[in-house]
Amino acid sequence: MIAGQARILIAMTAGLFVAAAHADGLSENEARQRAEQTFRTAFTRGNQQIAARVMQQDETQALCSKYRNAPPREVAEKIEKSQLAAISYPASGTLLGDWRQGERIAQDGYGLRFTDADAKKPNGGNCYACHQLAPQEISYGTLGPSLYRYGKLRGASEAVQRYTYGKIYDSEAFTACSGMPRLGHNNVLTPEQIRHLVALLLDPESPVNK
Amino acid sequence: MKRSSLPRAERALRLAAAALFCALCACARAQDSDAQTQKEIERYRQLLAEGNPAELAQARGEELWKTKRGPKSASLERCDLGLGPGVVKGAYAALPRYFRDTDRVQDLESRLVTCIVALQGFTPEEAMKNPFSAPGRNSDLEALATYVAGESKGMKLAAPMQHQKEIEAFRIGEQLFYRRAGPHDFSCSTCHGDTGKRIRLQDLPKLTEPKEAQRVFTTWPAYRVSQGSVRTMQHRLYDCYWQMRHPQLDYASDASIALEVFMAKYANGGTIDAPGLKR
Repeated sequence: MIAGQARILIAMTAGLFVAAAHADGLSENEARQRAEQTFRTAFTRGNQQIAARVMQQDETQALCSKYRNAPPREVAEKIEKSQLAAISYPASGTLLGDWRQGERIAQDGYGLRFTDADAKKPNGGNCYACHQLAPQEISYGTLGPSLYRYGKLRGASEAVQRYTYGKIYDSEAFTACSGMPRLGHNNVLTPEQIRHLVALLLDPESPVNK
Repeated sequence: MKRSSLPRAERALRLAAAALFCALCACARAQDSDAQTQKEIERYRQLLAEGNPAELAQARGEELWKTKRGPKSASLERCDLGLGPGVVKGAYAALPRYFRDTDRVQDLESRLVTCIVALQGFTPEEAMKNPFSAPGRNSDLEALATYVAGESKGMKLAAPMQHQKEIEAFRIGEQLFYRRAGPHDFSCSTCHGDTGKRIRLQDLPKLTEPKEAQRVFTTWPAYRVSQGSVRTMQHRLYDCYWQMRHPQLDYASDASIALEVFMAKYANGGTIDAPGLKR
């Protein structure tokens, strides 16, 4: 009987110990803080200018990280509003560039990796990494939706041009925490390059719309 | 080591691998049927299954493990990889884990560095000077990792998630997995948060899905045909951050290990099939 009670007592103590170990775990905020500390010490041996670029998240990046890309509605609206307000359209001229140059930009993944040392070489958009565009290119990714026949389905009105330019410039203006890079907002692509991509998507002569 | 002085068998294997890879690419281009491409990849895997070039790294790693080196002129045969000094069999299947002597959670590669420093007397800088091979330059750490991992082939991955520091490493790794930053706003989850996605033609595993995590996590180190070399899990993470337009990830950093613990939690239960063979 005494042995039995002792066994129960040991079992209870063990149970308490396990519960304590779990309760001792990190809260979400603590885990985030610890992760930030860990992150800050993880890139000490390479190019420190590149390291500086990822240390401080902007507000949008921090919110999307916190909500794991599924922000509650009010947060999503706040992000979209701020990003929409920050889109900068060219002061004058058409938003439709040259689709041939757009195709080259869509194919090109060069730029901003720590081995990309040639500063004179323009960054690519690397669109095919995630999207289907011209049907001739069969090596396309599926992280983003297919854009084959994008312009054929939508036309090339000024409103469609403005939306398309804005979407490439800052995808999160329309879908908070989208996986698509904010290519204009973060200065990955120039306004001129974005115009060429708009043409790739909208020009009736572009292979995307053939 | 100069390229011309590579053992003839290794050169022949590399040539064969390269030729097969080119044939496969041509095939993938010519036929835009995904099923056909997949079939060709499977055929290619089978062709190489009996002669994975990673076996050469495995053999070199075993040799290195047993060779007396460093200021202390010692081999690594007394290295404690978690199952006690000198136990190699099954050690990789129980990593990453907490180690009392270093008071850290460690993966295989950081633990190898610990042993090289403690047993052989090299400095940490010396030990980590050459973590990845390059054309014409072998990496001892890469070979050692390949050897040790291969000694757990066929065993089930059971990385312990008990010690407080192991649990904390998982939580930190989880935060890092979702952390978006840099000019492209990328996090690990951008590419590995969903199932059935591709980047160009490369399938992307969803790393929080046990089946998918098990398949990829248990097959590193692997011979990467596109790089003509064996690559380790540390290299895989370094390469991911490169692709993410992030800086150069420090070899054996706590962040890299936390990410491995995060992945291991979902991959636990999978059967180790290392060294693997990958694109």
